[in-house]
Amino acid sequence: MTNEYFIAIMLLSPLVGFLINGIFGRGRWGGYTSGAIATFFALTSFASAAYLVFGLTELADGPRIISATFFDWITVDELKIPARFVVDPISAIMVLVVTGVGTLIHLFSIGYMHEDRGVTKYFSYLNFFLFNMLVLVTGDSLPIMFVGWEGVGLASYLLIGFWFNDEEKATAGMKAFITNRIGDAAFIIGMFILFFHFGTLEFEKINSLVPVGPTLSWLSPLTLGTLLLFIGATGKSAQIPLYVWLPDAMAGPTPVSALIHAATMVTAGVYMIVRLSFLFAAAPYTLMVIAIIGALTVVLAATIGLAQWDIKKVLAYSTVSQLGYMFLACGVGAFGAALFHLMTHAFFKALMFLGSGSVIHGMHHEQDMRRMGGLKKYLPITYFTFLAGWLAIIGMPPFAGFFSKDEILWQSFSSSNGHWIFWAIGVLGATLTSFYMTRLMALTFWGQERFDKKHHHPHESPYSMLIPLIALAVLSIVGGWLGIPHVISEVLPAHPANVLEHWLEGSLVHPIAATAVDGGHADHAALEWGLMGLSVGLALLSAVTAYVFYIVKPEIPKLLVQKLGQAYELVFNKYYVDEIYQRYILNPLVKASEDLWLYVDVRIIDKLTYVLTDMSIGTGKMSKAMQTGNIQTYALYIVMGVAIILTIFFGV
Amino acid sequence: MLAESISEIGLGHFLVLSMILFITGMLGVLLRKNILTVLMSIELMLNAINLSFVAYARSLNQLDGQIIVFFIMTIAAAEAGVGLALVVAVFKRFKEVNIRFFEHLKG
Amino acid sequence: MLLSQIILFPLLAAIILLIFNSKSDLLKQAALGLSLAELLLGAKLFMAFDPSTASLQLTENYSWISQFGISYSIGVDGLSFWLVLLTVFIFPIAILGSWNSINKSQKGYYASLFVLQTAMIGTFLSIDAILFYLFWELSLVPMYFIIGIWGGARRIYATVKFFIYTMAGSILMLLAMIYLILMHKELMGSYSANLLDWYKMQIPFVGGVLLTPQTLMFFAFSIAFAIKTPAFPVHTWLPDAHVEAPTAGSVLLAAVMLKMGTYGFVRWVIPLFPQAAQYWAWLFMVIGVIGIIYGALMALVQTDIKKLVAYSSVSHMGYVLMGLFALNQMGVTGALYQMLNHGISTGALFFLVGMIYERTHTRQIAHYGGLAPFMPWYTIAFLIITLSSIAVPMTNGFIGEFLILMGSYKSNPVWAYFAVIGVVLGAAYMLWMVKKVFYGPTGKELSGHKDHLVDLSAREWIILSPFIVLVFWMGLRPNDFLNYSRHSLEHWVKNQSSYTLDVKK
Repeated sequence: MTNEYFIAIMLLSPLVGFLINGIFGRGRWGGYTSGAIATFFALTSFASAAYLVFGLTELADGPRIISATFFDWITVDELKIPARFVVDPISAIMVLVVTGVGTLIHLFSIGYMHEDRGVTKYFSYLNFFLFNMLVLVTGDSLPIMFVGWEGVGLASYLLIGFWFNDEEKATAGMKAFITNRIGDAAFIIGMFILFFHFGTLEFEKINSLVPVGPTLSWLSPLTLGTLLLFIGATGKSAQIPLYVWLPDAMAGPTPVSALIHAATMVTAGVYMIVRLSFLFAAAPYTLMVIAIIGALTVVLAATIGLAQWDIKKVLAYSTVSQLGYMFLACGVGAFGAALFHLMTHAFFKALMFLGSGSVIHGMHHEQDMRRMGGLKKYLPITYFTFLAGWLAIIGMPPFAGFFSKDEILWQSFSSSNGHWIFWAIGVLGATLTSFYMTRLMALTFWGQERFDKKHHHPHESPYSMLIPLIALAVLSIVGGWLGIPHVISEVLPAHPANVLEHWLEGSLVHPIAATAVDGGHADHAALEWGLMGLSVGLALLSAVTAYVFYIVKPEIPKLLVQKLGQAYELVFNKYYVDEIYQRYILNPLVKASEDLWLYVDVRIIDKLTYVLTDMSIGTGKMSKAMQTGNIQTYALYIVMGVAIILTIFFGV
Repeated sequence: MLAESISEIGLGHFLVLSMILFITGMLGVLLRKNILTVLMSIELMLNAINLSFVAYARSLNQLDGQIIVFFIMTIAAAEAGVGLALVVAVFKRFKEVNIRFFEHLKG
Repeated sequence: MLLSQIILFPLLAAIILLIFNSKSDLLKQAALGLSLAELLLGAKLFMAFDPSTASLQLTENYSWISQFGISYSIGVDGLSFWLVLLTVFIFPIAILGSWNSINKSQKGYYASLFVLQTAMIGTFLSIDAILFYLFWELSLVPMYFIIGIWGGARRIYATVKFFIYTMAGSILMLLAMIYLILMHKELMGSYSANLLDWYKMQIPFVGGVLLTPQTLMFFAFSIAFAIKTPAFPVHTWLPDAHVEAPTAGSVLLAAVMLKMGTYGFVRWVIPLFPQAAQYWAWLFMVIGVIGIIYGALMALVQTDIKKLVAYSSVSHMGYVLMGLFALNQMGVTGALYQMLNHGISTGALFFLVGMIYERTHTRQIAHYGGLAPFMPWYTIAFLIITLSSIAVPMTNGFIGEFLILMGSYKSNPVWAYFAVIGVVLGAAYMLWMVKKVFYGPTGKELSGHKDHLVDLSAREWIILSPFIVLVFWMGLRPNDFLNYSRHSLEHWVKNQSSYTLDVKK
């Protein structure tokens, strides 16, 4: 019973915060008041989440699950959707990440946003997002998850277009929502397929109904359903082909980019797949598609990231690429690794976004890295925390990113659904990541100061912004220690256990025959060490190259750009994907609609009705012509009528 | 057959005469331009009908036909009265008896 | 007697209004008061209604033209219950919405509204075919005047179009009704125009042959209802009528009048001609799908806000049609729910458009831009209704669309795949409009009107808040509403091929 209360508190306190700020605060409260209120409710949510997760650890025996059913949401025919929310090992991780990182970002926002005119609105939206994200994470059936799924999309729409007076930003919000909607439409159909196959949409029940063996058919409901759900995930989690909204989403305030477009919302797709691991594990074809899309996205986004000048855009493409890793992990059946990377990524990417926010704040809303440089002496704390994030994302041990990325790479190599190509692509992505992240560091914090010193006086941010940075920096360092692989823990003195693996045991389903690489323990370990060393070495090499390029010899990149010419243009313009979508999908659609309107509605249907009316008018005119007024004509009509009647009756 | 019917004047002769008179009247109504002539033609048609009524009455040895003829004569008189009155009224005002002129009455 | 009171009270109200002075405020207040009294009667119906049965309730039956079995018989069940309540709910708001915008011959206006209410409620409650037809046609007359007298610039064109379109369909329906009366004599031995008697007839059906009684009459009725709905090829009267109608007229047209068409399908067409309905279900699902996508595409390229909303109606009603002809529980439940949703979200949208029109006197999207900072609360209200219209979860729209899509998927997945495109397009045209109107730099035309751009007044708040409450209530607790229709719908779906309706004693 108490658990129900705590779940209710966890879910509803952000909603209460949203309502309080949204209804009472508008135009009345300043940034500090509304920020404090919002942060308080986020913190309450975090506290209850922590309590629940703590309670979950106590449940040693039996199913580790805390649930609360509030009411029956929809009941029609065989469709029954209770408003049921659960905290289990999988959602526990997410709940903590969402509320924890969420609270930190609320705190950060106080410093970042308190001067903004719409600050109360901002905080109410932020709370609203938190509420929806929690619904998404804890919802115990696909429709309830979908409620949160669309809800976060809505929050994202509102926050991207937060400065809506700028039409570009409003457009970015709209683009995000509509792109997501494409995914959502697929998600809905996926739900239907699963519902009519299994007869239910509740996770537990589906779990008990999933067939044991893998389903090897493209057209089976399982494969189709999971594929469509995955399309939904590509929308939310910005994968090929629906990733285009995420870079534009950087139009929103930077803390929003950190919370929604890096740490939490965009990982919803990954989370959904992990959550339904039992389902996806039974559909190997879907997994294959997921792995391929994930791997392609890793490289595509990373290459685009190489050539961007806007600090947030670089981070955005990096997010897309990192999400690709998570999908790659899901695709090779390493759901645990995906969740692990999701968590560490939430830490270090939120950190880097907030760090960039701090930089942008310090630089008076300058986002172009060409006008930065040498900022480390002006923003020391930001710099050091950013450093932690940088080391984490390029996968330097013992930072968080190393462990999670390494596990993904190893799994994509060794798991039965994996392939060395996936591994190679992953390493290529890691190398590219290392390059563009080092480039970002070099352009922003190191090297010459390229900004106009007369107008820009970079300054360190207030404590409300620095505290979250420090906290996240710590998490970016230690976060990975939850999942230390066995080969490493064996050589470490204390033999730390793989906490995460232990925690998730029994909650995740692994694809069948996950023991493909079983040829001798020693070889296996040696191989793992080798691969690990290779990827770290390559990342290090590429980091050094980037350092040389942008600090030691800045003329090299310029030369390269000239040399590469068209290839650079292609990457710089993001492979023209936006333009292609615009030209080959959107414009034809609008044109077709206009034509349809002008031709079908106006020219055909309306014309047709005119023809009908003209016909009746024509008939009227004809009979009018008969009414000459000449008595003799009328008399003639009578005679003719009589004649006709006589012929009819007496027949001639 | 025609030769036979000529030899003795019977119903057929009356009906043929009635038809000739009726058609004459009808053509008069349809074709003549003078409204007075038209009215007279109508009288002619009515009388043609009268003739056939009477002929039938005689042939069938029933009085009904003859009674109807009285009605028709009455109505014909009334019609002629009203019709002529209208014609006179129009003529007094417009000096016109051409039937085409009456088209203007349609407004 | 309750149902007769509900039907006839507005008519009485219309007569009462005649004694007032046309210019006085008292007239408006009296109209509002009378409509609220009608709402009270609605509340009484809510209390008296028994949701635990599928039979027809609160029936009344008086002989009318007994030679042909025509009677004044009315009754309510789960199918019509919410529609009646929707009608009585929306009228006081409509009157409040016309408060300042109607200045020309007010007496006639409010009297027309009340006559319209009688006609609409009568349509929903009639169980006798001729009575139904009477109310059905009666609803045209006041609407004709409302658009034709108090409408916009091209109002005459719009009214005539509206009138002729609907009339053309109704004629066919009347013919079919007469045919059925005669058929009842032939099959059952006595004349009857009572729907409950008709349900018991086995109307001969030959699949695929057009000129057989059931198919023929199925189409006669369907065309009448499809025009009213409006379904795809016969929808063009709607944008014109909506654009030219005064605010309250648009609201009533969208919220209630279109429902008369879809209600006709539920009450008349499908139960009366079950085999034909099943045989031709695919056709109407296709029409529904085309309506969804086509309406959305049209909405995408409109430049007039009201026209955009009107085309969105076409799209939404496409969903309803699709859900109905899915002929299963989920689809039909969703369709019924979507009828209410559409009444609420589109009704509210027309109010919102009317409010801004009163301030700026333009409806061109291009004239707007950056409205949000001037009218923040208005923007919020608009956004909430927009979300309901594009079926975001937790709003009412989602429940309806979800159930309809699910039901359609169950009956034929292919059409569901197509229909789901509407989900994307719906978001596209609404958000595009929201962006153009509310966001971005301040529009050129607005600069001159800045003084008029005041946020929502108390009256407007009263108009909008019931809608907003309902949007969330219906989205979060659909069972509160569905429970009232559940038994009727279950009965309707389960006994489709031989549907009969009992009368609750």
